[in-house]
Amino acid sequence: MVEPQFRFRDDPVPEEPAVSLDSFLDQSNASAVRLEAGDDVRLLLPVLDRVRLVEIDFPKFRDGRGFSSARILREAGYSGEIKATGDVLVDLVFFMRRCGFDSFAPDVALNPDDVEAALNRYPYVYQHAADAAVPIWALRHNHESHG
Amino acid sequence: MKILTGNDLKTGAVVWWDGSGWSLHVEEAADAGEHADVILATETAACRVNGGYIIDGMRDGDGKVRPAHIKDRIRALGPTVRPDLTLKPADPAAGSWVI
Amino acid sequence: MYRYDHYDQAMVDARVAEFRDQTRRRIEGHMNDDQFKPLRLKNGLYLQLHAYMLRVAIPYGTLDSRQMRKLAHIARTYDRGYGHFTTRQNIQYNWIKLEEAPDILAELATVEMHAIQTSGESIRNISADQYAGAAADEIMDPRPWAEMLRQMTTFHPEFSYLPRKFKIAVIAAAEDRAALRWHDFALRIVRNPAGEQGFEVFAGGGMGRTPFIAYRIREFLPAAQIFSYLQAVLRVWNLHARRDNIHKQRMKILVHDLGEAEFTRQVEEQFAQFLMLKTDFPQAEYDRIAAYFTPPPFESGLADEVDRADPDFALWVDRQTVAHKAPGYAIVNISLKPIGGIPGDISAEQMELVADLAERYSFDELRASHAQNLVLPHVRKQDLYAVWQALDAAGLGGVNLDLVTDIIACPGLDYCSLANARSIPLAQKIAERFADLDRQLEVGEVKIKISGCINACGHHHAGHIGILGVDRKGTENYQLLLGGSGAEDTSQAKIAGPGFDENGVVDAVERAIERYRAIRSDGERFIDTFRRVGFEPFKEAIYG
Repeated sequence: MVEPQFRFRDDPVPEEPAVSLDSFLDQSNASAVRLEAGDDVRLLLPVLDRVRLVEIDFPKFRDGRGFSSARILREAGYSGEIKATGDVLVDLVFFMRRCGFDSFAPDVALNPDDVEAALNRYPYVYQHAADAAVPIWALRHNHESHG
Repeated sequence: MKILTGNDLKTGAVVWWDGSGWSLHVEEAADAGEHADVILATETAACRVNGGYIIDGMRDGDGKVRPAHIKDRIRALGPTVRPDLTLKPADPAAGSWVI
Repeated sequence: MYRYDHYDQAMVDARVAEFRDQTRRRIEGHMNDDQFKPLRLKNGLYLQLHAYMLRVAIPYGTLDSRQMRKLAHIARTYDRGYGHFTTRQNIQYNWIKLEEAPDILAELATVEMHAIQTSGESIRNISADQYAGAAADEIMDPRPWAEMLRQMTTFHPEFSYLPRKFKIAVIAAAEDRAALRWHDFALRIVRNPAGEQGFEVFAGGGMGRTPFIAYRIREFLPAAQIFSYLQAVLRVWNLHARRDNIHKQRMKILVHDLGEAEFTRQVEEQFAQFLMLKTDFPQAEYDRIAAYFTPPPFESGLADEVDRADPDFALWVDRQTVAHKAPGYAIVNISLKPIGGIPGDISAEQMELVADLAERYSFDELRASHAQNLVLPHVRKQDLYAVWQALDAAGLGGVNLDLVTDIIACPGLDYCSLANARSIPLAQKIAERFADLDRQLEVGEVKIKISGCINACGHHHAGHIGILGVDRKGTENYQLLLGGSGAEDTSQAKIAGPGFDENGVVDAVERAIERYRAIRSDGERFIDTFRRVGFEPFKEAIYG
């Protein structure tokens, strides 16, 4: 398992090493899986009930496939840990949080102050995602009903 | 000759390695020879140049530096369609040097 | 037109602060250019041939006078007194300093403008019919949907690191003035037989080195489901696109590789998923946005006649104005293609003049077109003479809409670091060759489009006559293409034969046009004749 630098969960850190997607699908007792950028996350959906940790790798920060992978897991109801590994830059963290990532193990450690600033940079969001943020359009119309 | 060129990080201006620093004028470009790679790596790491690269060049009949490719000659002068915005706005023949 | 509320303003202001911080980190050396480049590109800042270039978004091509004056102010204060309107309804500045870029974005934010997602591998500024809200032939104003999509695609968390750029266009008329099917994702607003509003949806178009015309992926999509559908398309592409070769990562390549049927199947599968997530905005939000686009208070009872006593004015009226939906009004096209000028370029003084005219004569509205011209959308016919006089005095009275000299040209090797050859001097020479207005009018509609490299910013694939600049052993060389269109009769131009030097291609264009004049039937445009007779008569004329 890759040690997270930032973790936004309170439950115990899973100890089991993450195995490749193929191995995970072959081993009925594994509970942590590691997705490479080209892996099809949807293969995990039938066995989600035994997953406690999904590591999603970003081989290059420009490779955004992992954003969709994480969001697909959350849409399927997965509530375990999703950890971003690899070329995770501070400017990605906000979008990753919105797509359902809740722990981060960047290849190059990030400055905690920069992460804090990046996560609080935008006061609102324009659209629903995997987090609880309420889109601007909903705020606009709730505002009217609250006077 | 091997010429180093790139852009100034803050202003974006086209610059040429003159042997000790970066000049706006291609006439002052130095032959970096076999050290070109090392100089460029050092200068890039120190943020003294942005988007730097190595090009071939030559000296013309008057001994003036002339980049081998038209793209770098346009970079050296300015847009051929706006002579007023080039480095030689008073020289109507400057554009012919590019071609 | 749309106005920001405090939410929209807060988002743009936060973006300025973020970019100021990122720029500081770069200048102080905490980031290298590999890391900084995607961040600056997401704010429209390129490193070009002579300096940084800033591309400012003009959402769906709509501007007001206050915004145009700000663009003029930026041109004068931070650049060299001019700007360049692009083929995607944006404006570019060519001489920007990195250290001043955050200040420029801050200035733009004060007039509800930005450069967000105008470059990089992101969902780009959404383009639209430049006559939206004014055209006599539209079924509704498409801009409320464009604004809706602007908001919903801004900082989209799942789709901010896409395989490549992604371009969207929206129209609501049968006539296509937005090069619709040359976009990755394109929408035409239609009504179904039950009278319900929806979209005819096209996907997988694009120019570049591998051109594809978008195919129709949906005949009718209920309007309220558009965001779900768009997200489905983006997710299929994001998951499956290649990431190993930047030239093969546009969505058009995936559509081609998977085949239209399989791509459609996967999109529909994801679409069902997104519908369940209920991420679409409600009718109330659509209504709120649409309210900003209610038609201006057009006067009734205006005269529909124009005094044509001045022959130069009459020529301009006939060519540069088109039918407006309201009686007594006209849509005015302002040519940014003076003979010998630089297509799309405009000085700060001209911007201010146009802003004044918009404020005084066009309900404070202006448009940019993908053909690099400007539009005053709502001018009373009785004011046309005054508008023409003011434009003409400022060098903006050109008469050439859709004629030979109304040339689309990318900045080319005079400005662009990707270019292989210059585009602008070629456009100038062709325009000078055909400068005689009688000759242009006699030739009629011919759309010439010039790109300085295969990235095709000058839309050469969509030109009735397209020209592509290439680098042949260090010298500029130009290929001639024939038969393209970016209108409702979309087609892809094909290479005519061996390339030319700069003067050679001007001669070749002239020979092709003269051959058309010799063989055309009554009422045929250049493209019509080409489609009827094919390549051979033109090749014979060009290559002899």
